[in-house]
Amino acid sequence: MRKDALLRLMRDTSRASTYTLGDWDQVIRLARVANVLARLAEDLAVAGLLDQVPQAPRDHLIAARLLGRRQRMAGLAEIARVRDALTASKLPTVLLKGGAYLAANMPLSRGRMFGDIDLLFRREDLPEAESTLILHGWTSGAISEYDQRYYRQWMHELPPLTHIKRHSVLDVHHNILPATSRHPPDAKLLLEQARELPDMPGVFVLCPADMVLHSACHLFHEGELGNGLRDLSDLDRLLRHFGPQDGFWATLSERAGLLHLRRPLCYAIRMCTTMLRTPVPKDIVRELRRFGGLRLPLMDAIYKRALRADHPLANDRWTPLARWALYVRAHWLRMPPHLLAAHLARKTWFRWTGMPEYPTNEDEVPAQR
Amino acid sequence: MNPAPPALPAIAAPTILAQLTSTELRARLKRGELVLRSGPIRMAIRCSRDDVAATLSLLYANYPVEAPGGFADFHVELRSTDLLRRWIKPQIIFEHDGHAPFLALPQPQAFALLEWGMNWCIANYCHQYLMAHAAVIERNGFAAILPAPPGSGKSTLCAALVHRGWRLLSDEMTLIDPATCNILGLARPINLKNASIDIMRSFAPDAVLGPIVPDTKKGTVAHLRAPRESVQRVDETARPRWIIFPKYEAGAAPTLAPMPRHTAFLQLAENAFNYAALGRQGFEVLGEVIDMSDCLSFNYSSLEDAIVIFEDLAARALREDTPEVVA
Repeated sequence: MRKDALLRLMRDTSRASTYTLGDWDQVIRLARVANVLARLAEDLAVAGLLDQVPQAPRDHLIAARLLGRRQRMAGLAEIARVRDALTASKLPTVLLKGGAYLAANMPLSRGRMFGDIDLLFRREDLPEAESTLILHGWTSGAISEYDQRYYRQWMHELPPLTHIKRHSVLDVHHNILPATSRHPPDAKLLLEQARELPDMPGVFVLCPADMVLHSACHLFHEGELGNGLRDLSDLDRLLRHFGPQDGFWATLSERAGLLHLRRPLCYAIRMCTTMLRTPVPKDIVRELRRFGGLRLPLMDAIYKRALRADHPLANDRWTPLARWALYVRAHWLRMPPHLLAAHLARKTWFRWTGMPEYPTNEDEVPAQR
Repeated sequence: MNPAPPALPAIAAPTILAQLTSTELRARLKRGELVLRSGPIRMAIRCSRDDVAATLSLLYANYPVEAPGGFADFHVELRSTDLLRRWIKPQIIFEHDGHAPFLALPQPQAFALLEWGMNWCIANYCHQYLMAHAAVIERNGFAAILPAPPGSGKSTLCAALVHRGWRLLSDEMTLIDPATCNILGLARPINLKNASIDIMRSFAPDAVLGPIVPDTKKGTVAHLRAPRESVQRVDETARPRWIIFPKYEAGAAPTLAPMPRHTAFLQLAENAFNYAALGRQGFEVLGEVIDMSDCLSFNYSSLEDAIVIFEDLAARALREDTPEVVA
């Protein structure tokens, strides 16, 4: 496989001082595509190495860091607004992923870019939560009836809600895997263990083990890995952050069993340790290996490619096949075969015929990166 | 096993584009290894079109070219859209490192698309600077920033002034270094639109124009080569001295009027695309730039009048304050 200047730097920030301008050229391009440029800049700054980076690449790191800090401020303000809206309806604000890392002020939130704020509710609270959020300006835009049904019947989340003025996007979940997947975890278990943040009353995050498990199950059920490397780096940092805490690994293993998430955890730990050299106790690695099954070597080969930055500099000739395989696998995991066949047939039909599934704005310029 | 290739004789790397043979230029473009530097920005360009190569060698003749394998700020590419389209109605797409920010355009617009694409890269990513949509020119170390909406005649005025003693820093984008408030130049070609193309041809008959392309989103466009001296001195920064909001008005007598600083601040902030992204730093830097500048509005109808008025501004500034030494 190709050497990858970004991956080497993510494993060991101190390499920065040995990098040539040619290496930096690759690092900036790969990190930008993988959405980890701001995180890299913060890491280099913490290690005291940012000032040693040659000026031209340093400028890009500084620019990305600046946007990251801006997003941090905006994200915190938006979370407070969501919390205020939900508190008025006596609903708890349970944050997942990027929003949770940010609100809990965890080290991995530094330079971690995120687009949407992910929220988790009890299924029975969903109608109340949705109407509250709509009342406060977050609405779902034009969407076909089919897609409405797709989300509401089969998925674990509502169609995304966008704020009419500020354009912030909320993903409202009632579980962390689709209702149609083989063994969806019981979301009540997650909510029972959620912890209120001392600095943000009314805002909750999942317990440490569940944070890791959600991140793992999200990444290793996902079919489009545009943020794959960013998400793997999240897992690496979560494990490094919580790893030294008393009893963390035992709880992690126990919760993985309880929530039917041992396989994604197995993949997460294999990929973190091989790609990013995350320290994980040997017995945990050994214990989880069983849950990978016989296909483990194949999955290793696939994920080692698909979790890199999606860029010609990091791809080899098997990367497209690996990405395609994961796309198919993600759909396979998401729903039973008869639903999957019907769903893909419909989506393919609209793609081939170019017919709009619902009214769209023709003048819209393609989204910016 | 193949024997190691014989060592190639060392050739001094060409320092400017004009020193590349046209074969070498096209070969580098084909491999994405043409690294052009304009001021602080290095663009690695990939393109297999001969027309684009020819326009580049016309308009970018005096720009430094860097050896491939080093660092480029942006890797950009112009390529044809898919196979079918190549025969039916050929179109060109601009990509920044595999990502296409715009829709494809008809082939004749290829070079203009490259210019707009490169501007897009800078505007989208170079937040190490406070960036304003404004032309900026220099005289005796002092910079005049000309922010204005499209149609105000900013590019025409800028093009005229840089052919009469002023140095071009940029006709589109003003880059302000937040640490020093100095302005960095790009000295890229000037984008002329519609009537200003003919106006410039008669105003400066020696000026070099790239191909004239009708029917673009902005009407007829052409790019004007930046004066050689502006390109050679591009790394000299300048101190903000004037902020002048120009407005072309048919038949108007030239009027230069002071503008309240708070109005100038707000209007410049409106033209600064990353003002909000820079947050407090953006506010402070913009405030400093306003503090060190005369803020003026300028209505005009004749370029010759404008030249006289700007000449007078420059002379007065030279009398009033000794320019600070800038790096």
